Amino acid sequence: MSRRRLPWSAWWFVLPVVLPLAAIFASALRALATPPEIWPHLLDYVLPQAALNTFWLVAGVALLAALLGITLGALVALTEFPGRRWFEWSLLLPLAAPGYVLAFVYIGLLDFAGPVQAMLRATGIHGFPEIRSRGGVILVLGLTLYPYVYLLAREAFRGQGARAMEAARSLGMSWREAFLHAALPLARPWIAGGVGLVVMETLADFGTVAAFNYDTFTTAIYKTWFALFSFDGAMQLAAVLVTVVLVLAVLEQRRRLRRRFVAATGAQVKRTRLGGGKALAATLLCGLVLAAAFILPLLQLIAWSVQSFAAEFSANYLGYLGRSLLLAASGALLIVAVAVLLGYALRNARGWQAQLLSRLASLGYALPGPVIAVGLFAVVAMASNGLTAGWRMLAGEEASAFHLQGTLAVLLIAYLARFLAVGFNPVESAFGRIGRNLDEAARSLGATSAELLARVHLPLLRGGVLTGAILAFVDVLKDMPITLMLRPYGWETLATRVFELTSEGEYARAALPAVAIVLAGMLPVLMLIRSLNAARNR
Amino acid sequence: MLLEIDDLALRYEAGPLVVEGLSLRLEAGEIGCLLGPSGCGKTSVLRAIAGFESPCAGEIRLGGECVAAAQRHVPPERRGVRVVFQDFALFPHLTVLENVAFGLRQLARGARHAAALEMLAVVRLPDLADRYPHELSGGQQQRVALARALVTRPRLILLDEPFSSLDTELREELAVEVRDILRSQGATALFVTHDQHESFALADRIGVMHSGHMVQWDTAYNLYHRPVSRFVADFVGQGVFINGRMAADGRVQTALGTPRSRAEHVLPPGTEVDVLLRPDDVVHDDGASMKAVVVKKVFRGATILYTLRLPDGTEILSLVPSHHDHPLGEAIGVRLDAEHVVVFPR
Repeated sequence: MSRRRLPWSAWWFVLPVVLPLAAIFASALRALATPPEIWPHLLDYVLPQAALNTFWLVAGVALLAALLGITLGALVALTEFPGRRWFEWSLLLPLAAPGYVLAFVYIGLLDFAGPVQAMLRATGIHGFPEIRSRGGVILVLGLTLYPYVYLLAREAFRGQGARAMEAARSLGMSWREAFLHAALPLARPWIAGGVGLVVMETLADFGTVAAFNYDTFTTAIYKTWFALFSFDGAMQLAAVLVTVVLVLAVLEQRRRLRRRFVAATGAQVKRTRLGGGKALAATLLCGLVLAAAFILPLLQLIAWSVQSFAAEFSANYLGYLGRSLLLAASGALLIVAVAVLLGYALRNARGWQAQLLSRLASLGYALPGPVIAVGLFAVVAMASNGLTAGWRMLAGEEASAFHLQGTLAVLLIAYLARFLAVGFNPVESAFGRIGRNLDEAARSLGATSAELLARVHLPLLRGGVLTGAILAFVDVLKDMPITLMLRPYGWETLATRVFELTSEGEYARAALPAVAIVLAGMLPVLMLIRSLNAARNR
Repeated sequence: MLLEIDDLALRYEAGPLVVEGLSLRLEAGEIGCLLGPSGCGKTSVLRAIAGFESPCAGEIRLGGECVAAAQRHVPPERRGVRVVFQDFALFPHLTVLENVAFGLRQLARGARHAAALEMLAVVRLPDLADRYPHELSGGQQQRVALARALVTRPRLILLDEPFSSLDTELREELAVEVRDILRSQGATALFVTHDQHESFALADRIGVMHSGHMVQWDTAYNLYHRPVSRFVADFVGQGVFINGRMAADGRVQTALGTPRSRAEHVLPPGTEVDVLLRPDDVVHDDGASMKAVVVKKVFRGATILYTLRLPDGTEILSLVPSHHDHPLGEAIGVRLDAEHVVVFPR
């Protein structure tokens, strides 16, 4: 009845994502009407290369991640081999290191000047493949992103999959046949979900491709703005990228509507014990992937950090660290605060408006950082000009101009737009666990809406808010493109420092800032591992 | 008059009316009950009084003040009405004491806790103040919920199916206990239930509802003995309808005799009617000339409920002391023992 309407004020929360998108599409329409000067250059050189590179990257990374994820997931869920219990969770660790860290570690190790090639040359071996190549980026991103597929495939194989395997075996199929005809088809929706995440992450990636100097849409947007100084050109490229991303996001949404989650509970089906040679191969494969994706890079980072510690650990470093922590903490605070208010507004709301609002709140996470950065910058520039014009009408032509661009507030709003979903999802599900009767009980006992939120909801939301805050904190800390494009002048953070040193080829010096990012990145991964274990033991 | 409802109508979203033309009056200190099958709209009425729903027509007044009408909606927190929910809705993050003290924000901490402790003594749970809700039994949770509502001295307490989530054996006992607590606090209460035994045990006035309408708002005695419609007669208590025909002097001719009909139901002589016979209207009497055959019997401890067939095929119910144990198929003597019977024109 009367109290289920969505308050109008709730729409404010999605403006940070809606306005930049609107600005990007408006600019694209304007450009179609009157093509800007830069268009021939963009159309002839930048766009085709970015499109081609992006396409091959996405295809290659999706394939590699699917291959690794399915193989490792099947081994861990369906078979028994030495170290399996340990690999089960440790294979998720690569999620902790952002792709750009893995990228510069491997470039530093394997490029022409690096220790590996130097050693090979010393022993007379030449012709080592160039790491700064399409294959190199695909390898590094595949190693960073396979855990998405691995996690979902593993859970699918473990539940339904294992039972279907037993049924198929009892009908006379071999293990191989049973896997190919029963377990794999059953797990397909989950595998597709994992690959979908990999594709979105690959499209959004900036730091990895930048380190490899492999131009995709995201780096093309950055370079068009900061190297060609064509903000309009950057907007046009963003329009193309955002169209691709939105189409994929809609497809994913429709696919997900048809998927139903089947929890992997109930009796654990017995795993197939692998025999001697096969068991060794399984252990080696898992160990190799884990070493390549996490352990070796981490050791190398630590070694480089120790080596460069005396030079790099300085007041400057503490400055990067402090600014990163400040941004991550205030970003996380803003994100969970909005998430709580939005969750509260959506709690009693029904109908298409509520659905649209909740979709828009999560949309930012599908948008690559550079897209949000240029879109928001355009909006802020417009607002600044408008304010300046209005102010000059009141205070005379001599009045100083407004410059909202390059302020911390804009940076934080961009984080809000990009990472709101990260904080909103756990908060929303925590809201879902609070019975509606508690609201009514509190109201009938004389509590106002504000009191209801403060005295009943917030104490009960604590877990969800904490999870959301930690996830948002780490995502903001890891973020490279938004910080790079919207930060106040001279405001360096750990991530921008890694970017700077990487582009100068100073890999060893980039290790110390990177280590801090990786350590923070471990936090959500350990939380995920713990909650998966808890769910299993329940 | 504490609670007055006039011509209330309710609907959800743009759906059909779930309640229509409902009126009732409840005096201060009275315990009222809305009784009806599930889906009859009784809980919606409760929610409208609490302020969780807005009526689309009609008016609700509390102590003479209009709290809900077409253009008026006093928010729940300002109505002085407390709700005890079906699942009790205790706050899981607060102790029993903090739950009870929740509605006492305006008091200082010490006074708040003293009042809450005092109320916990009233509901006989003084030792559980520091427990959390999940550590309590269902019956204890309910008393905490009641204490939480009572401690604020509300104008009116609403109880939504207060016993439905408790064990069946406990219900009647708890209903009496809840009534005694409400009485001792001089509280005015309105509750909804689909269980007539609960309503009889607890309420001074009972409203029988049927598909969104109030059929009868009356005492338990009158609902049982003077139902205004067939629905009430059917829903409240047991009974059967037998054929009858009105005679000249306000009597009714039936297979069992010619009892008087209730004054308000006097109909022209010759009218065909249905006559309501309660199981206690028909007594077993070995000396009676009328014989009926036992077709079904349900042993109930002190009594046996017999289903009997009269020579003309009419089936009636009779409640008989349980030492009169007759096998199925036996013909036993019965006679009508009712001063007045309720009749409905057929």
